[in-house]
Parts: sequence; C-alpha cells; structure tokens
Amino acid sequence: MNEPVTVHVPRDATAKALGAEPVAAAIAAEAARRNLAVRIVRNGSRGLFWLEPLVEVATAAGRIGYGPVQAGDVAALFDAGLLGGGAHALRLGPVDEIPELKRQQRLTFARCGVIDPLDLADYRAHGGLRGLANALTMDSDAIVRVVTESGLRGRGGAAFPTGIKWKTAQAAQADRKYIVCNADEGDSGTFADRMLLEGDPFALIEGMVIAGLAVGATMGYVYIRSEYPDAWRTFNAALAAARAGGVLGDDVLGSGKHFHLEARLGAGAYICGEETSLLESLEGKRGMVRYKPPLPAIKGLFGKPTVINNLVTLASVPAILDHGAAWYAGYGMGRSRGTLPIQLAGNIRRGGLIEMAFGVTLRELIEDFGGGTQSGRPVRTAQVGGPLGAYIPPAQFDTPLDYEAYAAIKGMVGHGGVVVFDDSVDMAQQARFAMAFCAVESCGKCTPCRIGSTRGVEVIERMLAGVERDRNEALLRDLCDTMVNGSLCALGSMAPFPVLSALDHFPEDFRRAAAGRAA
Amino acid sequence: MKESRARTAPPPGGIAPALPPQQATVVHEVIARLQEQPGALLPILHGVQDALGHVPDGAVGPIAHALNLTRAEVHGVLTFYHWYRREQPGRHVLHLCRAEACQAVGANALEEHARHVLGTDFHGTSDDGAITLEPVYCLGNCACGPSLLLDGELHARVTPQRFDALIAEARKA
Repeated sequence: MNEPVTVHVPRDATAKALGAEPVAAAIAAEAARRNLAVRIVRNGSRGLFWLEPLVEVATAAGRIGYGPVQAGDVAALFDAGLLGGGAHALRLGPVDEIPELKRQQRLTFARCGVIDPLDLADYRAHGGLRGLANALTMDSDAIVRVVTESGLRGRGGAAFPTGIKWKTAQAAQADRKYIVCNADEGDSGTFADRMLLEGDPFALIEGMVIAGLAVGATMGYVYIRSEYPDAWRTFNAALAAARAGGVLGDDVLGSGKHFHLEARLGAGAYICGEETSLLESLEGKRGMVRYKPPLPAIKGLFGKPTVINNLVTLASVPAILDHGAAWYAGYGMGRSRGTLPIQLAGNIRRGGLIEMAFGVTLRELIEDFGGGTQSGRPVRTAQVGGPLGAYIPPAQFDTPLDYEAYAAIKGMVGHGGVVVFDDSVDMAQQARFAMAFCAVESCGKCTPCRIGSTRGVEVIERMLAGVERDRNEALLRDLCDTMVNGSLCALGSMAPFPVLSALDHFPEDFRRAAAGRAA
Repeated sequence: MKESRARTAPPPGGIAPALPPQQATVVHEVIARLQEQPGALLPILHGVQDALGHVPDGAVGPIAHALNLTRAEVHGVLTFYHWYRREQPGRHVLHLCRAEACQAVGANALEEHARHVLGTDFHGTSDDGAITLEPVYCLGNCACGPSLLLDGELHARVTPQRFDALIAEARKA
C-alpha cells in the first residue's frame, strides 16, 4: 500500500457542531471503500468558522483546504481527487493563502489548527518547548525580565502588566506558590481560550511551567468552564500526554525541576472569571469576590502567593521566551504591545478568530475580515469586550483597538470579543439585558452590584413603559455612577458600560419604546 | 419554580432526607475518590451530578461530614453555582444560550420557540419527562449561533426547525 495521505479534520467544538464528526467518519469510510491509505489527524480550528468543517489535505504543494464540507460531499470530493488536492467547488486552495488568514499575525495561535493538539512530537516539530528549554537555562529574574520587557499585559481584560504580577509573586516568601490559569471564559463573543484548549493545549502547559520557574511555584491549576465539555476532555488528554512526555512532573524535560498541573471544572458562575472568586471556587467555596489587598500574588490560592493569569496570557509566554522580548514588543501600538486574538462573533458573515497586532480597527475587522452582517442588513453596533463592554456605534469604528484608546471612548478591549448586531437590534432591550445578566451573576457580596443590578432592570423597564422617562433616565445614570464607583469588582463596576453606551449612542431606542408603549 | 419537596418533621438524625441505598453507594464512592484533593467540594459535587444527574439533598450531609464542613456550607456552594441541579432532570438536558452573540442572530426568538415547544420555562422539564430546559450564558460558539448544548453536545446555527428536529430525535431516544 502507498504512503498514507494526511487529512486534517478539526476536533474543535464549533467544527464538530457544524458536522466535523460525520465528515471524519465519511472520509475514513470512503478511503477504505476505495482502498486508499489515509491518516486522519484531528487538529484544532484555524478559526475561520464560516469555512468549518474545514478539511485540509497535505500535498506536495502544501496543505490544501476544502470547506465547508458536509459528510454528503465526501464521495464527490474523492471523485474529484481530494487526496491529491484536486479541483472541486469546495476547494479553497492553499490554506495559508486564504486572505482572512494570510493577513493575520499569528504569534499565540501560530500552531492552532495546524498541529495535532495531543501529539507532543508534532508540537515540538512546530517550535513547541523551545521557550521552556530556554527558560530552563535562565535564572528566575531573567525569565521575569523577558516577560516584563515584552510588554505583555493580561489578556483576560484587566490588561495588567504580566511581568509586574510575576515579579510580585517571585519576591513573596512562602513554602508553596501556585500558578493558576483563568480559563473561565464567560464573556459572550469570546472563544480564544476554548480554541487553544482544543487546538494547542501544550502551549498553555508550557507557559504555566515557565511561569512556575519564574516565580518558584511547583503546582498549577487550570480552571475550565463546565460549559466547555470538549475543551475539558481535550485538555485533560493533553495533561496526560504532557505528564507521559516529561513536560510535567518531578523532572521537567530532564532538568530536575518540578511542576505539577491539574485541571479543575467550574460550575456555571460567570463571576468566577474574576480572579479572586476563581480562587475561592478552586478552594471549594462559593465564588465570592475577595477584598484586595492582599493581592493574589502575595496571598492567593490557599493563602499562598499565586500568579493568576488568563489563558491567552500564559499561552503567549512560550513564544516570547523562544523569540525574545523585542520580537513580541515589536508588534502593537502605544502601551499595548504584541498581538490580540480578536474574536469576531454575532451577526457576521465571516466570523472567527483574528490575531492581529494592537491597532486594528473595528471597521477593518467587520468589513474587511467579516464581510458585514450575516443577515445582510446594515451594522448598527458592535459590543466589544463581552457583556460588560460598551456598545460601540459605527461613528467610532475607526478607533484603533488598543487598551488606552478604548478606555478613552468609555469602552474596553476586554478579552477581545466583538459581537456584531444589525439594525434590527433594540438597544433598550440590550441595556436591560446587561443589568439582568448582572443580577443573575452577581456574587452578592457588595450592595451596588447585588441590589443595583435589580434596581437597574426595574428603572429601565419603567423607562420602556413610558413612566417619567426623563426622571428615570437621571435615576438610571445616578445608579450607574454608584455601581461604577462603589462595586467591589469589575462585574458591578462595568455592567453599567453597556447600559450607558446604549443610552448615550442610541437614545432613540429608549424614546421609541416609551412612545410605542405609552400610547 | 415548582417547590415539590414536602417538608415533614425532621427525622431524629437530622433534617436531611436519607439517600436511597444505590444513591448512597454512588455518593460515598465519589467522596472516597475525591475527598483528599485540595478544595475537593466542587469536584465532588460534579462527580455526584455526573453519576446521578443531580445532587440530591441527602448527599449534602455525607459530603459535609467527609470534608469537615457544615451542611450549610455545602448547601451554600451547591446553590451558588448554576451548573448544579438539586432535582432529577428529564431524560435529556438542553442548555440554551441566551448571551449577546446568540441574541444577535435570533436567540430571543429561539428561546420563545423552545418554551412553547417544550411547554416549560427555564429550569423546568417538559411534561413527558424528556427534556429539561436550562439557560446558559455563552458556549463559546459565538461566530455560529444560536447555540445549544444537548446532553453535552454542542449544536450550531440552531433555527427553530433544527431545534424541532433535535427535540424529536431526543424524544425518541
């Protein structure tokens, strides 16, 4: 029999939801029927979700893509010479040349969708473990210095400089320290953490081992949402492979250094994406936000110094240790260095993951990459940064995506989620939803969030019923001010952002509702 | 919300109902397997729910005892997290995404459709005992919504027609 042809069919949850499992089964069956040798690799997703399931065939001319493929297309694809990269209506050509992918700057997601996520040899062959190998030759100060000089800031949303956080934990004296990965990716419109867990989990593992070396921690936890069953399964399989391959354990890559890592499952509480409530949850408690200080870097998990970082932050570290701080800092603008994995979602024709240097604009993302709305109707707004992020009107679509530039327009970049809405959206209802969501997810510790969110829903409902609209608007703004300035954590202090942005940029929706219902 | 559990006089050993023997075996097996790990409460609650479909109130006492916690502490955790369920669900559990990215592509209408088709509100079960409907805020499938999770399996671009087909199939199983 001939050398088998390698065919990639993603195992990513979105690809599977769009039919990747039956496609993989059909390819195996069709190859067997025709007596052709095929090796099927279940890769992650490239993040070009409008093309999923995206089947890639390894040919002499590189990887040729076909998509979106359904199981019913497979026989015809074989007829067209799929295994040789033959012509077919679904043929996309070389995957690396697909315009929406070619324009990206993939640093953190360089391997996602390319490799077999559970094959350590494949990971190594694509540059994996080089950062860790470098880190093992460095002292902890030097590792922290590289991360600091790279300009990497927390990708979970708060954008705190990672090097400074690590330095604090490194300096803390304790018999135990922890590295915790926040993979409680609860923001609507985000899936970067999920894609890496399913597509390049070793990058996270490697980043956490490096963090352990940097601060002197030998134990780590990855807190994954229960809403991500596929990511949970894939990451646990990756942990087993990393232990078997000597990346984790009592002799990391033969260095004699220790690092142990476990995954823990969340239980459907949005608040646990907030770092201190995540730590409470890991300790087996309700996810109640802690007062700060003390910072987790001083007194974190089980009272010990803890580095808690977002998944994308930690997964960006191996490439920085491999290529150097200057390489990473060479991307980006202002104080936002490096790249941001932007997740284009909602009502969008070509949605997916776009990793670009900071500075790209919503207009480029939505029009050039996304191709406008899925519905074909005009774009009315995009919510950036998850359910606590502002609704940005088209007039501000040319603002560069940069932490400071977004703060200046009362928005936030957050975890990089962009949710696009067409002109059928009712912004007053979106404002009401923001408050209702906060009420459902509030941990209840501080009054502005716990009570304010419920009162917020009521005030908006009175406005929509046409009851003393102007007085209620003043009351709503006053309430938002109390929440912004008086809440303990970002949930209560930022839930007003979508509300106020809807009120400021789309006041007509609040009036229209009032006029319609008061009549 | 239906509150169907009848509250009668507490038995001498405490107010928690005793577990039926098969459930007790499962609960004690899960506790024995997981109680030594740090912060074991969430893993134990997951273990019990995975095995029994819910965390019965009778499990609270044994878990509290094993972890040296009060029953109130275990109850507090059990009721804080949306994922845990204290009532036996229907034969299938459907998590319907209500978050913004899905709203942008018709999740609100799908939600209305789901309530109507299943004849139940969120947290309830259809009359034939087939489907329990739960809300969820984001499944990470935000470029291909509306999304739902049926028995842990993700479905994308769910139109009302596709919803009906999924439900019809689940009802048969």
